[in-house]
Amino acid sequence: MKPAIIVFPASNCDRDVAVALEQATGAKPNMVWHGQADLPDTDFIVLPGGFSYGDYLRCGAMASNSPIMRAVIDKAKAGTPVLGICNGFQVLCETGLLPGALLRNANLNFVCRDVTLRVENNQSIFTRGFENGQFVDFPVAHHDGNYFADDATLDKLEGEGRVALRYVDNPNGSARDIAGLLNEAGNVFGLMPHPERVISPLLGGLDGAAFFKGVVEAAA
Amino acid sequence: MKAKITITLKNGVLDPQGKAIEGALVGLGFDGVSNVRQGKEIELQLTETDEAAARAKAEEMCKKLLANPVMENYTIEIAP
Repeated sequence: MKPAIIVFPASNCDRDVAVALEQATGAKPNMVWHGQADLPDTDFIVLPGGFSYGDYLRCGAMASNSPIMRAVIDKAKAGTPVLGICNGFQVLCETGLLPGALLRNANLNFVCRDVTLRVENNQSIFTRGFENGQFVDFPVAHHDGNYFADDATLDKLEGEGRVALRYVDNPNGSARDIAGLLNEAGNVFGLMPHPERVISPLLGGLDGAAFFKGVVEAAA
Repeated sequence: MKAKITITLKNGVLDPQGKAIEGALVGLGFDGVSNVRQGKEIELQLTETDEAAARAKAEEMCKKLLANPVMENYTIEIAP
């Protein structure tokens, strides 16, 4: 596996994802600055968490127009797996690779705590490390994680099994308790919680290690 | 030309900031306040001297970056 992690100005989970992927693959992933026009040879792209461009205008809006994103969008459309975590999920929605948008949390609070998620669909390269119905604990840390889409879109997403992860106790007002969402082809996944922050007992859990192990095994 | 772009949340999209402002206004003793919605306004100067051209350019900016059609509406005012 040759992962590439896109680094935007004010990404702050890029190195955490690098550690998680290195732990799962045994090799250091490529870090790719957003201003580059081309991607290195890669078969797995990560848009990491953070506060790209200070969340100005809308979360992920400016990052979704970064030079590198044209290459990322092309790769995603050609089938390369793309994982967007937190701010990365927001960027994926802004590019249109995933439907909907992430609004300000309904309770207006910045939520920063562990949440329990239910695995709704493990038939994806991103969730194959889990069982359907399994409960996993990942931390969330966001102000704008309130997933929004119109009812017709939500019904379609549900019908196609694209809601892969759901909050057990919704921390942000997300429609249908959606925490993690697949695109139609199943090669693009966005989630607000942070699997890269629970990859060792020292960090409070191993559910994230199982997540990345599954992703890496899918690529093998 | 000058463009003034006003971006608002679509009807039906929850606006927790508007709700908080509404609560604060009621708390200050303002009666009869409802449906508070928060939006944003962006002003910019364009080199175009023709109103239609300036409007077309602002429209393109809204579509590409300034507004997100999933959740927002926008209006454009052009002035010399």
